[in-house]
Amino acid sequence: MAKIQIIVICTNLIFLAFIARLIIKAKLREEYAIVWLLITVLLALFSFWRKGLDVVSKLFGVYEPANFVFTGFIFFILIYLLHLSIVNSKLQKSITKLTQELALLKEQLKETNKSKIN
Amino acid sequence: MATQLLIIIPCFNEEDSIVSLLNELNQMVVPNTFIITVAVINDCSNDNTSVIAEKFSVVVINLPVNLGIGGAMQTGYKYAWENNFDVAVQMDGDGQHPPAELNKLLQCWHNTQANVVIGSRFLVNQGFQSSLLRRWGISYFHWLNKFFTGIHIYDSTSGFRLFDRKAIELAVQYYPDEYPEPESIVFFAKSGLSIHETPVIMKERQGGKSSIRHFYQLYYIIKVSIAMFFSFIRK
Repeated sequence: MAKIQIIVICTNLIFLAFIARLIIKAKLREEYAIVWLLITVLLALFSFWRKGLDVVSKLFGVYEPANFVFTGFIFFILIYLLHLSIVNSKLQKSITKLTQELALLKEQLKETNKSKIN
Repeated sequence: MATQLLIIIPCFNEEDSIVSLLNELNQMVVPNTFIITVAVINDCSNDNTSVIAEKFSVVVINLPVNLGIGGAMQTGYKYAWENNFDVAVQMDGDGQHPPAELNKLLQCWHNTQANVVIGSRFLVNQGFQSSLLRRWGISYFHWLNKFFTGIHIYDSTSGFRLFDRKAIELAVQYYPDEYPEPESIVFFAKSGLSIHETPVIMKERQGGKSSIRHFYQLYYIIKVSIAMFFSFIRK
C-alpha cells in the first residue's frame, strides 16, 4: 500500500469520526449528514481501489483522472452551495415571519395588560 | 362611517427625528371622517427610538430582530390587517415626509378610490428633489416600471404611500425584504390594483443616514431591477 493511500485513509477515518460526533451531539441534521457520509465513502472507495479513478475517468471519456476529479467535485460543490442558499432563504423567510408575529403578539399583550390595569 | 387610518412609521435608529415627527403628527388636522392611529415599528434600533416613541400615545411595535425596511413595513401591514384598518399610510421615520402632506394622499384616495396612492416629488417639482445621480436612478425606474407594467409612476422609490384594504391584504401575503418600493409597484400592478400618484412636497431627511449610499447605490439599482423583473414574470 502506498504512503499516500495510508494518509488518505487515515484522514478519511478522522473525518468520518468527526461527522459521527456531530450527528451524535445533534449538531448536524441527518439530512445534511447523508451527503457528508456519502463523500467519505466515496473517498474511502477510491483510496482503496487505486485503479478505480482511471476506470471511471475512461468511462466518462476524460483523459486525466485528476481533471475528472476536479470537474466532478466543483460541480458537486456548486450544486451543494445552491442547496445551502435555498435552505438559507427558507430560514430567513421563517425568521422574518416569526419576528413579525412575536412583535405583534408582544404589542397585543402590552395593550391587554394596559386595559386590565385601567 | 369613519375611516380607520393607520400611519405606519418604520424606524431604525431615528431618535433624532422621531420626536418632531410624532409632535407634528399629533398636531395634524385631517378630515373628521378619518380616525387616525399611529404605529411606530422599531426595527431593533440600538438607540432610544423605542423609549422616546413610548412617551407618545402611539402604538409601538418592537421587532426583536432587525428585519430591514421591507420586513418592518410588512409588520405594520399585518397590524393594520389584523386590527381591521381601512387604510394604511407608510411614512419614513426620518422626517422626509411632512405629515401636513398626508391630506394630499387622502384627498387623492377619496377622489380616485385607487388601491395604492403614491406621494410623488416629481409631478410638481417642489421641495426636496434629491441629488442628480439619484434622480437619474429614479427616472430609470420610471422607465423600467413603464416597461413592466405600462403605467407611469414618476417617483417609484417614494416611501410615502397609502394602501387600501385590498392592497394591505396583498402586502401581508408578500412584501419584498430589501428596497421594496419599486418592486412592490410591479407586484401590485400585476395583481390588478389601481395605482395613482399625487404630488407632495418632501423635505431633506432630518437625521440619520440613508440606507443607500456609495457603492450600495449601484447594488440598489441592480438588485431592484432583478427583483422587478422576477416580480414581472412571476405568476
